[in-house]
Amino acid sequence: MSILETRDLHKWFGGLHVIDNVSLALEPGEIHCLIGPNGAGKSTLFRLILGEHDPTSGGIFYEDQEITREKAFERIRRGISVKFQVPGIFKGLSVRQNLRIALQHHRTPAELNDEIDRLLEFLKLTSAQGQTAGNLSHGQKQWLEIGMAIALKPKLLLLDEPTAGMTPDETFATGEMVQALNRDGVTVLAVEHDMAFVRQIAQRVTVLHFGRVFAQGTIDEIVANDEVASIYLGEAAAHA
Amino acid sequence: MARYSKLRNWLSLLEGPQTWGRGRVFWAGFLLVVAAASAYPLFADGYDVGNNVYFFNWTFMALGLCLIWGYGGALSFGQTAFFGVAGYAYGILTINFGDAYGFTLIALLAAVGIAALLAAVLGYFLFFGRISGVFLGIVTLSVTLVLERFMAQTAGPEWRIGSARLNGFNGMGSMPSLTIPWPGGDIVLFPDVALYYVTLGLLVLVYLGLRILVNSRFGNVLVAIRENPERAEMLGYDIRKYQLGMFLIGSALAGLSGVLYTSWGNYITPSSMGMTAAALPIVWVAVGGRSDLTATLLGTLLVLACFQALTIYGSQYALVVMGILLVLTVLLVPKGVVLGLASLASRLFSRGKQGATSP
Repeated sequence: MSILETRDLHKWFGGLHVIDNVSLALEPGEIHCLIGPNGAGKSTLFRLILGEHDPTSGGIFYEDQEITREKAFERIRRGISVKFQVPGIFKGLSVRQNLRIALQHHRTPAELNDEIDRLLEFLKLTSAQGQTAGNLSHGQKQWLEIGMAIALKPKLLLLDEPTAGMTPDETFATGEMVQALNRDGVTVLAVEHDMAFVRQIAQRVTVLHFGRVFAQGTIDEIVANDEVASIYLGEAAAHA
Repeated sequence: MARYSKLRNWLSLLEGPQTWGRGRVFWAGFLLVVAAASAYPLFADGYDVGNNVYFFNWTFMALGLCLIWGYGGALSFGQTAFFGVAGYAYGILTINFGDAYGFTLIALLAAVGIAALLAAVLGYFLFFGRISGVFLGIVTLSVTLVLERFMAQTAGPEWRIGSARLNGFNGMGSMPSLTIPWPGGDIVLFPDVALYYVTLGLLVLVYLGLRILVNSRFGNVLVAIRENPERAEMLGYDIRKYQLGMFLIGSALAGLSGVLYTSWGNYITPSSMGMTAAALPIVWVAVGGRSDLTATLLGTLLVLACFQALTIYGSQYALVVMGILLVLTVLLVPKGVVLGLASLASRLFSRGKQGATSP
């Protein structure tokens, strides 16, 4: 049984065919990276999975139950969680308050503070907990949002360019965070441009091109694929 | 025992990240202010005391707007719609059924309930239709202006509900004041000392209740929606329900203002729902500081007092000055005058304490 499956998914924006017959199945417990050139439809696919857009046709299944028409918050309650490309945090509130809002849904007041402390430590934000979230460094904001996403104890975590704008050290630390979560059983689907990061974490890779699934396999298979290199990896592989 | 600890949990929410003021000093100050307000009638003429209840009447509407706009991030221009609906409802009910057997109190609850019902219907379409930002302001403003226009054309004798004439622009008058049934004879709350204490008590209750509300889980979600609705939804919250709840409570408080005002002056007019009236709550709340209940409350009383003084000496120009005040506040202290002063004071205070070590 796959944890998440899209079946024959299509999305048209007017005359633009953004998602073209995408069938993707995520195995429970894997780290799956979604790569592809700009405009390949990666973010749109994310928004379809989250329920922020409705697909034109096709179905989305979570643990074999159809969720195609469910609202975003209903999917979240099933065990899907997301970290956006631009840090989606509560900028005007303190770091601690950000995490409290993410955690309060699920816990009694007594457990809440302990859980916030534990999460702050995991995110390396303990000393910054009193700060206004909008004043954090870019990398810290990304971590805070990852923290809010994992506070829900998701079974499936969606990461949209989690390392965008991070220094190489921060990127590596983020990779370790993702792997630590995965060891605890969290399935991860990540959109990522940074090939070093993909190499670090990915167990399987899907290449999206013009809204279609272009290739799928391990990172080594994808890198060895000449066609993929020609559309996308050529430039990135040279840097890696 | 369990009930006791639950109560303690509730009371602990009087302080929290969403409200300014905590600790002994703040609450000592709070008690001092309440004591001073309670002592005021002892030193003043009953007529003046009754007149000054006028200021308290508006604060409920301001606190409601503070909840909707300051905490929930939705600028509602329609507080006066609920104010007017509840005011007229109170008038119609009490003119028809009188003030015996404590009926005015039932009318108060019913009138606030009618305003809340209207808010529920309007709020459902607004929030479940995902209307936000400037469009929310436009729709709510339209509602209050439509109600004003409608009530203004009800001058003819055919516009009556039971024995209550609506009276168009002349306004509806001569409804009974709120009356508390009492064994030794009913207490009629004319604009006098008794009404002052009742209104003050209500204000303290509402203020404390709202402090608990905004620091509760519900309040946490409200500010989350204000900061980033998409993220709030992606934490699994059905934000539409929270927004509807906030709109309902805030609008009901505007309704409470409407009833208190109508009972206080035995009079309500369509202009209470007009353009000028609709803009004033925005001014009070913005000038005081919309993101905090205490700042809103103090700011509202301050602006009302200034406005009153201006009306006496400057008559028509008072509104122009109000407009200028709003523009200046938005430009110079966007957080609001009370919050701006508070943060200035705390900066000066901490600089004084740290001395030369501060940068």
